[in-house]
Amino acid sequence: MWKILRQVVHAGVASERAPDGDDALRTTAQSVHAELLATLGRALAVRHVDAGSCNACELEIHALENPYYNLEGLGMRFVASPRHADLLLVTGPVARNMELALRRTWEAVPDPKLVVAVGDCGRGCGLLGENYATRGAISTVIPVDVAVPGCPPPPLEILRGILTAVRAAPITRP
Amino acid sequence: MSMRAKTLRRLGVDFTALPHAAVPAWHATVDAPRWLDAARHAHAAGSRLVSLWGTDRRAMAGGTLAVSAAYALPEGLAWVDLPMADGTPGYPDIADQHPAAARMQRAAADLVGIRPVGAPDARPWLDHGAWTEHHPLRIDPAARAAPAAHDYAFVRVEGDGVHEIPVGPVHAGIIEPGHFRFSVVGEKVLRLEERLGYVHRGMEQRLARTPPLDAHRLAGRMSGDCTVAYAWSYCMALESATGCTPPPRALHLRALLLERERVANHLGDLGALGNDGAFAFGLAQFSRLREDWLRLSGAVFGHRLTMDAVVPGGVARDLDASAREHMIEQCDAVQAEVRALRAIYDEHAGLQDRFAGTGCVTRELAARLGLAGLAARASGQAGDLRCDQPWAPYDTLAVREAVHNAGDVAARVAVRFDEVDESMRLIRVLCATLPEGAIREDIQLTGAAAFGAGRVEGWRGEVFVALELDAGGRIVRCHAHDPSWHAWHVLEHAVIGNIVPDFPLINKSFNLSYAGHDA
Repeated sequence: MWKILRQVVHAGVASERAPDGDDALRTTAQSVHAELLATLGRALAVRHVDAGSCNACELEIHALENPYYNLEGLGMRFVASPRHADLLLVTGPVARNMELALRRTWEAVPDPKLVVAVGDCGRGCGLLGENYATRGAISTVIPVDVAVPGCPPPPLEILRGILTAVRAAPITRP
Repeated sequence: MSMRAKTLRRLGVDFTALPHAAVPAWHATVDAPRWLDAARHAHAAGSRLVSLWGTDRRAMAGGTLAVSAAYALPEGLAWVDLPMADGTPGYPDIADQHPAAARMQRAAADLVGIRPVGAPDARPWLDHGAWTEHHPLRIDPAARAAPAAHDYAFVRVEGDGVHEIPVGPVHAGIIEPGHFRFSVVGEKVLRLEERLGYVHRGMEQRLARTPPLDAHRLAGRMSGDCTVAYAWSYCMALESATGCTPPPRALHLRALLLERERVANHLGDLGALGNDGAFAFGLAQFSRLREDWLRLSGAVFGHRLTMDAVVPGGVARDLDASAREHMIEQCDAVQAEVRALRAIYDEHAGLQDRFAGTGCVTRELAARLGLAGLAARASGQAGDLRCDQPWAPYDTLAVREAVHNAGDVAARVAVRFDEVDESMRLIRVLCATLPEGAIREDIQLTGAAAFGAGRVEGWRGEVFVALELDAGGRIVRCHAHDPSWHAWHVLEHAVIGNIVPDFPLINKSFNLSYAGHDA
């Protein structure tokens, strides 16, 4: 226990520092948190679906959960079931073998829902376009609100994409 | 050398050495009896099957459908090629000698339409019925009238109190998709059957339709977490087929990238393993270190995961002295933290209770199923290409192989800790001894049909690429093999007798690639 505590103290707080005036992203994130609560009335629950990614996008989505990005501090968390989700984070060029599962997952997310396509494959402009095994852009299979460019997009860009989708969302709750 | 060359002779086949192979490789064309002999002799000599794949050469003069197998012999790679008469695309089943062949044979049946004669399991493997083409790796794939995913005949376990738990393809975390069918009694797993192929993207058809000098980018996206290993393996195959030797500085930089990729993945896994053992502290610590690691890669190589850094003939970017200094400083800082965390993991009773004895793979099982790489080394099955077939620059580095014997989750954790330590040493040496000179050599597509082979010890195990170019300098076939093929099969055995809640931990301790396998 002593060693654990020592390591905790040694590592300190990695989460990147809260708003200095010119820290554009953090400022945005903080104000969006308020927006999130205002529009959704609660935190944002995100469900991830890999629809044929090479797993690089997954590595960067994982990275979002490290202490630097302080995701839960922003009111976002990844959930295990689409039934609990407000937003689907989808990667890959929609492998035809995953098409049915993707549709079903999307259908299982309660309305109103948002979809963010992560990465160039999901935007239909990466190295992997449509072929016998893939459909191409995610928007050919389910409605997409925001598409994040990059191969893979770094965590900050993924976060920006999620925030963009939330900010534009015409969601009103009783 | 005579001891080593013996295994190659024992296969009973006339081999031709691939002239410019960085890791020694031989190729031979055989008939059906010799195909089977080679499989038997390789098995008898304890040599594992690296990969099996099909090729359609009918676009070339005298070309046929063919099946190929690659065996890892002590002296190098033996690539055996069996052409098949048109109309009867069958070949002798080798899954009796090499159980790992079974799924690869099923994949070859899906992709090329060639069948192992007498194989007991004829179910499709990668083809779920949703593709728009039948046998997509043939030169004239037939369009499929009404593509629709079909049902799959899982093996049922009968008996009192046995029930099934289906999981996937969409899993509960941020993971790739695949289906697991558990047959359980109470909490205990009697049997696990995997169904994979969900992220099949037709990578090998794409590779065959890409100019050879551009295909490294596709290869680098077979499995994103091994992008350096794949890109290097592909480039090695291309360089071997075209007789190109990358400059020493480029080879050093490739090794530097490969070791950084190994550390990045091990850091991620060590954190995730702590988390799956209910020790969230581990995840927070290791994911922080991994982020530091990726950020430096991003700053130095222009890409956090160093995609597209390895290119045909060399590397895309040079590394200046200050970047090397940063890297060495980072090694010092991260290594000190990893050592402290290892002491914490080792002394944490709760974590060790979850790790020790869980998901055991005996050495015999690992050998029988042809397991290689990280998971094999955790089961006492030595084997690391960087040590056994040290290609440049590993021939000067004397890599220390990490081997543990217990075969459980704890051993797979220990191998990762050891390898992080060793990779840190290698990165320091590579930074300190970087040769002067160019970072890229031009590749001339020779205008002669040629075979090329690439083998690279990625963080998970051996990434193998077999490449065939035609006289026009086009890719006839590029087969890229992920070490997960063997390990997925082993995982089905590793979980038997364990409790269901330990499966995520066992699975994570292997951390296999779905994308690399499904391709």
